[in-house]
Amino acid sequence: MHDEFVMGNEAIALGALAAGVNLVCGYPGTPSTEVLETVAKRRGESTYVEWSVNEKVAMELAGGAAYAGARALVTMKQMGLNVASDPLMCLEYIGVKGGLVVLVADDPGPISSQTEQDTRSFAAFSRVPLLDPSSAEEAYRMVQEAFELSEKYQTPVFLRPTTRVSHGYASIRVKDPEEYVVHQAEGFVKDSGRWVIFPRLSFANHRKIEERNALLRDVFSDFPLNRTEPEDPSLAGLRKGVATGGFSWTYVMEARKNLGALRTLKVSTPFPFPEKLAVSFLSGLDEVLCVEELDPYIERELVYVCGKYGLKTRILGKTTGHMPLSGENSRDSVQAALAAFMGLPVPAVPADNPPPLPVRPPVLCAGCPHRASFYAVKQAMKGRKTVFCGDIGCYTLGNAMPLDMVDTCLCMGAGLGIAQSLNHLEKDRSCFAFVGDSTFFASALPGVVNAVYNQAEFTLIVLDNSTTAMTGHQPHPGTGRTMMGSVVEKVSIENILRGIGVSAVETVDPLNHALAVETVRKTADLPGVKAVIFRSPCVALFRSPARVSVDPAACVGCKKCIREIGCPALSVRDGKAVVDSAQCNGCTLCMQLCPAGAIRKEEAR
Amino acid sequence: MNKNIILCGVGGQGTVLASRLISASAMARQIPVLSAETIGMAQRGGSVFSHVRMGDGLYSPMIARGEADLIIGFEPGEAVRQLPFLKPDGQMIVSSRPVMPVTAALSDTGYRAEAMLEYLSSRVSRLVVVDAEKALRDVGSPKVLNLILLGAALRAGALGLSAEDLKASVRRLIPEKFHALNFRALDYEP
Repeated sequence: MHDEFVMGNEAIALGALAAGVNLVCGYPGTPSTEVLETVAKRRGESTYVEWSVNEKVAMELAGGAAYAGARALVTMKQMGLNVASDPLMCLEYIGVKGGLVVLVADDPGPISSQTEQDTRSFAAFSRVPLLDPSSAEEAYRMVQEAFELSEKYQTPVFLRPTTRVSHGYASIRVKDPEEYVVHQAEGFVKDSGRWVIFPRLSFANHRKIEERNALLRDVFSDFPLNRTEPEDPSLAGLRKGVATGGFSWTYVMEARKNLGALRTLKVSTPFPFPEKLAVSFLSGLDEVLCVEELDPYIERELVYVCGKYGLKTRILGKTTGHMPLSGENSRDSVQAALAAFMGLPVPAVPADNPPPLPVRPPVLCAGCPHRASFYAVKQAMKGRKTVFCGDIGCYTLGNAMPLDMVDTCLCMGAGLGIAQSLNHLEKDRSCFAFVGDSTFFASALPGVVNAVYNQAEFTLIVLDNSTTAMTGHQPHPGTGRTMMGSVVEKVSIENILRGIGVSAVETVDPLNHALAVETVRKTADLPGVKAVIFRSPCVALFRSPARVSVDPAACVGCKKCIREIGCPALSVRDGKAVVDSAQCNGCTLCMQLCPAGAIRKEEAR
Repeated sequence: MNKNIILCGVGGQGTVLASRLISASAMARQIPVLSAETIGMAQRGGSVFSHVRMGDGLYSPMIARGEADLIIGFEPGEAVRQLPFLKPDGQMIVSSRPVMPVTAALSDTGYRAEAMLEYLSSRVSRLVVVDAEKALRDVGSPKVLNLILLGAALRAGALGLSAEDLKASVRRLIPEKFHALNFRALDYEP
C-alpha cells in the first residue's frame, strides 16, 4: 500500500485495477472521463481498454466480457446511460458471470450536462444495485466491493459518483500493483438457455431479480458503508435526524461540527434500499431532514418505509419545500437548511455590493476552427431563410453572440433529425445540421441513412477537429489512434457519407474563409442530402506558434473583427482593436475579414 | 496546521497546476489534503476556482463562505467574485491584470480592473496586489502567472509552506525544461 493524491475518478480506476479488471470501455463525458483515461495510463498488460464509439456499444462489450467470466468496467456520464439503457435493461434480465461494474457519473447543477437525471432512480427502474460514494476514498473501496457483489449476485452493479466526488482530490491509501487481484476469465461457455433472451426466460428471471433485491435490502442493512452516525447526547431531546448520501454527506458532516450533531443516516446503497437500517435509524425520531442532490430519492424511500412499518416520523426534504428541487447543494446551503431544521438562527448572508462583475460564459477558444466554420456558413447563407441545428460538444458554444449560429441543441446526434424534419414542414427553409467528428461516429450515422432513404433535404456540416475536444481530447475512429496505443487506419468520414449515398461531399479548410464560404454556398443549393466537412485541428491540441497583431496606425476602429466573430483574443483599447498575444493562435480569421488590412501575421516565433 | 485556500481566475490561466503544486507540497509534509476544482465546459474561458483544504478532521473538499484563510486571485474580477469566501482576517494575493470577457468587448462595457482593486482594498486589510503585466515582462514569459502568484503568497507567509517545498513539487510535476523558468517566477520580487 502507498499514499497517492488522486482525483475521485482516478481512485475508481485504481480500485478497478486492484480488483483485477480485465476489460474497460466507455465513451467520454464530463464528469466521468478520467476513469478510463487513468486505466489506460496505469493498466497492466492483462487489462484491455478502449474508447468505444458510443455508450451502447461500450455496454455491449462490457456485457460480453462478463458473459465470459471476465471482470469488466464500463464508464459514462448520466446522459450516456440513456444511450446505453437498451443493453443494460436487458443485461439485468440475463445476468452476468464475471463482475460487471457500470460507472455512471451524475452531474448536479447541472454543470456540463443537458439534464439533472438521477442514476439512483434509474437503478430502481432497471433493478440494478447501486453504490453511491461520498469521497475518492470510498469510491476506491466501493468499486472493489461492486465487483464482488456483481459476481456473487450475478448482476451488473452501478457505481455512481457525482461531479464533486469524481473531480475532488484526496490523499488516499492505495494498493501497489503487486497486491492487485489477478482475475482469470474462464472464457465463454455456450448455454443458449442462459444467454439468449426470450420472454419465457425474462419471466423466470424477473422473479429471481425481485427475490434477490429483497435479499439485498437486508444484506445492505448490514453493509458497513451504510451507517448511522450518533447524535450529541445534548441534542437527543430534539428527536430530529438527518438522512443523506453521496457528496452531500460531506456537507452534513461539516455542518455537524459547527451546529452540533443530529443522528445521521448515511445511505451508500440507495438501491436496494437498506430498509431495516432505516427503520432502526427512524426509531424515536419525530422529524428527519433529507439532504441529497437531484431526485428526492432517499426522501421517497423513507416515506415508503414509514408507510410500510407504520412509523409516525415526518420526512422533510425536497417534496416538502425544505430543500431546493434542483441544482447542487453547497456547504453553505446545507448548513443553513440544517440550522433552520434545528431551530437555530440562520446566519444572514452579509449584504455586499461589489462593482458589477464581468459575466463569463464559456467561449470557443481563440483560433478555434469551429468559429471560422460557423462564420463561413453564416456569411454564405446571409439573407436566406435558414435553421442551424447544433449538437453536443465544444461547438454548442457557437450559439453565443456574435456568432449566434446554434438554433437548436437537444442531445447527441439529434440535430440531423431535427434539420430533416424542419425541411419536410417548410420546403423553403435551408436546413443545416452541425455535428462534431466524435459525435458523428457516436450518433449521427442512423440520421444520415434515414435522410438519404427518406429523401430529406438538408446540409450536414461536419466540424472535424480530429479529436473529442470538449472532454479533453480523446481519440475516436477518425483519429487513427487507440487507447491500447496502436496507430490504425482512420475511418474516413467522406467514405462513410459517400457510401451511404450523400449526393455531394465537400471537404474544406474553414480557416480559408473565402473558399469556405464559396463551398457552403455551392453545396447548400444542391438538392437532397449533402455534406461539407470542415477539417482543421483543435487549437488546444495542436498549438500554433503563429500570431497576428494589429497595426494601430492602419486600424480604422470599425470593430468589425469584434462584432463579427467574438474571438476572446480581440478587444478594443483606445478605440483600436488589439490582439492578446497570449491567447492568439494565428488562425488569421480576423485578418481575412478586416476591411482596412490592419491585421498582420507576425513571423512565427 | 489547518488551512483553506481558494485559487480563482479564468479558464486557461493555470489555476489547476498551482493548486496541484500546493497540494503536492502539503502531502510531502504528511499533511492530509482535500481539493476540488472546475473541470469541463467552464474551462473554455469561464470563471474557474480550486479549493484546497489541508489538515485533520476534514470531510468535504469544498470551502464554506467566510472560511478561506487565503484567496489567490488570478484576475481582479474573479477575486471579487470569491471574496465572500474569505475569513474576516484572511489574506488575499491578486493579479492586477484583467481578462476581458468577449461580452465586454462586444457591448463596449469593458469592465474596469481599477474598480475591482479599489473594492478589494476597501474590504481586505491583508491584500497584496501583484503587477502581473510587469512581473510577466520581467520574468520573460506570459505563461507563468501561477508561479509568480504562488511566490507572492509565499513571501506574504500565507501558504504555510516554504519555497523549497514548492520547488520540490515543481521538480516532481513539471517537465525539467521548464524548471528554471518556473523557479525564476517563484523567486520573482518586484
